[in-house]
Amino acid sequence: MNAVVIVLLVLPLAAGVAAIWLPSGAAGAVTAATGVASFGLVLALIPAVSHRDTGVLGFVRVDALSVVFLLATSFLYACVAVYSIGYLRTAGRHGHGDQRYARHFWAGLNVFAWSMLMAPAMSNLALLWIAIEVTTIISALLVALEGTDGAAEAAWKYVLLASAGLAIALLGTIFLYYAGSHVLGQTYNLAFGPLLGAAAKLPHTVVRLAFVLAVLGYGTKVGLFPVHTWLPDAHSEAPTPVSALLSGSLLAVSFYAILRFYQIAAAALGSGFPRDVLLVFGVASLLLAALYLLDQQDYKRLLAYSSVEHMGILAIGVSFGAPVALAGVLLHVLAHAAAKGNAFMGAGVLVRKFGTKQMLSVTGGLDLLPWSGPLFLAAILALSAMPPFGIFRSEFEIVTGGLAASHDTAAVILVVLVTVAFLGLSVAANRMLLTPRPEPDAVRGEPSVWMVVPVVAGLVALVVLGLHPPGELVGLLDRAVTALRGPA
Amino acid sequence: MLPAQAPSVYTGAANVIAVLILLAEFGMFRQALLRDQVRLYAGQSVLIAVLAVLVAAVRHLPELYVLAAVTVALKAVAIPLVLRRLLRGTAPGHPLDVSHDIAGSGGLGLASTVLIGIAVAAFGFFSATVLPVSGGGAPVTALSVSLSVVLVAFVLMIHRRDVASQAIGLFSLENGISLAALVVAASLPLILEVALLFDLLLAVVVFGLLIRLHHGRAETLSTTDLTDLRG
Repeated sequence: MNAVVIVLLVLPLAAGVAAIWLPSGAAGAVTAATGVASFGLVLALIPAVSHRDTGVLGFVRVDALSVVFLLATSFLYACVAVYSIGYLRTAGRHGHGDQRYARHFWAGLNVFAWSMLMAPAMSNLALLWIAIEVTTIISALLVALEGTDGAAEAAWKYVLLASAGLAIALLGTIFLYYAGSHVLGQTYNLAFGPLLGAAAKLPHTVVRLAFVLAVLGYGTKVGLFPVHTWLPDAHSEAPTPVSALLSGSLLAVSFYAILRFYQIAAAALGSGFPRDVLLVFGVASLLLAALYLLDQQDYKRLLAYSSVEHMGILAIGVSFGAPVALAGVLLHVLAHAAAKGNAFMGAGVLVRKFGTKQMLSVTGGLDLLPWSGPLFLAAILALSAMPPFGIFRSEFEIVTGGLAASHDTAAVILVVLVTVAFLGLSVAANRMLLTPRPEPDAVRGEPSVWMVVPVVAGLVALVVLGLHPPGELVGLLDRAVTALRGPA
Repeated sequence: MLPAQAPSVYTGAANVIAVLILLAEFGMFRQALLRDQVRLYAGQSVLIAVLAVLVAAVRHLPELYVLAAVTVALKAVAIPLVLRRLLRGTAPGHPLDVSHDIAGSGGLGLASTVLIGIAVAAFGFFSATVLPVSGGGAPVTALSVSLSVVLVAFVLMIHRRDVASQAIGLFSLENGISLAALVVAASLPLILEVALLFDLLLAVVVFGLLIRLHHGRAETLSTTDLTDLRG
């Protein structure tokens, strides 16, 4: 299995480097092939990690929890890579269909995906930090790619806020190193396994400080309130395939870093304190996002706030702590990747079709787009946690876990706010898709078939996750939950 | 906490260097020219390297000599060079060079800002003393000062409304973290420290590119017009 991990962590980088020299068409083909291959490689990892963790060269370590996040990232990578072929082909009249743009786009997309696949595979917390910092700077360049005033502004705010947040996370990592050096000796490499093993003996105050700094720092990249402010800007101004990756994968990968700190903090302090911290951040994020969803003019910003909402749900789910809630959280990561990827890819089709991100200018989507219209509607319903999609199952599990762990108030708040968010999303979707088009002579048709196929794949994944997750996946999630809960 | 005796020469020297790093951070409040701002950052980084050499000699951690050398090479030489190259001449008619005046970008008067800086520095300084960080001859005061540096760097980034100062504020924030790392995590494996530094270099290149992009579009370094995206 080591070979699989190595190929997985080398292939996207190689594709990114190759894309610098290849013509746009070939680079797209290479990217799509690499994306699909990466997804296949991660699938091949699932049986391996259900028995034992896989380590390579000391700095790579893949366990069940890592594979859940690798799965979300590689699935979205594959979908977005295929989608981007159509996205660039239809870009011509917008003025950035040129070779230079395409070269930067393909190279950046692959390297961005590579950095997000690296992060969950790192064996120690310092390398994890470095990988996440690399995701930040690569994706900041991708956000700036459009070269508009809005893109320049969004990229600057994003890179500055996210880097400042990550600096806080680095401070947290260093304090954790200091805590560990009491037990593991002066020189050790912050490897996750030994640190978790020694967690029970770590000094409490320092671990508490490290955990809060890590939640605040990595939380900046997750998009937790009050450090979410870069998120709507970056998501709305980035090229749409990049928005899909930002929302579905990047936020989740940053959340993965918080989960690692949570594991250590829970083992060192007991789970009470870390859960309280996550509950506060989660409820605040969910509240903010639900209210902002009610009043948005730009549909990409709408989807961005929906991401803040779902990240808040993840934090709340972890704070419940019951096994069924944790299983729900991990399923939510997968389902959110598929649903938000679909929603952004659908939004990209709307951008191409209508030439605007303003909701008021988009009407009659369902009539004009025979495939993408219904698919976008399905993605919005999936994001609103309607059955039979995966998010319904995951949120159901999270709420069940909350009630089982007697967090009744928080569970009720969760349900109420998710309903408010549903209201915001459905009003917007209704306006864009179902309102009849004023001028009847608009052309009916899809911009590109490449922009439909991956969305269909995402929809299939959502339905499978919602109706009947495969046995291997359930086993993987169970094992990851066991790891998250710790030895106790 | 601290034993009731005079600090050793090592502790005293480490604390003095830490305070000098904090003063350099305050110095950035008043720098009017981009060039001087970058120079001050380079000087602050050299102080970090000096502290690394000191820790290496006293605590017998030879790896830190290498770290000091890499710190000087990257933070005091390479990063200022990269910044100057990237900031050279972008928008025609609005030449951007390293003597660019960025003094007027402050949101508050200098005196008020320094007062706020002193307040947050004091907060950082005293909040660190509640940490049970002691033993091993660690210069506890230097750790407190490093938290002050981090907080003052945040004040600098918030106060200055131009992209160059915000970027340099962030890099000096990283210097504050390096200072903390030298106090509590001096034995962190060298390979990780060096990886962190190269990561910083990569970040500096990207910051430089984005500053160029911003200057190319807005024809100014100011961020006061970055208000299109809200809500």
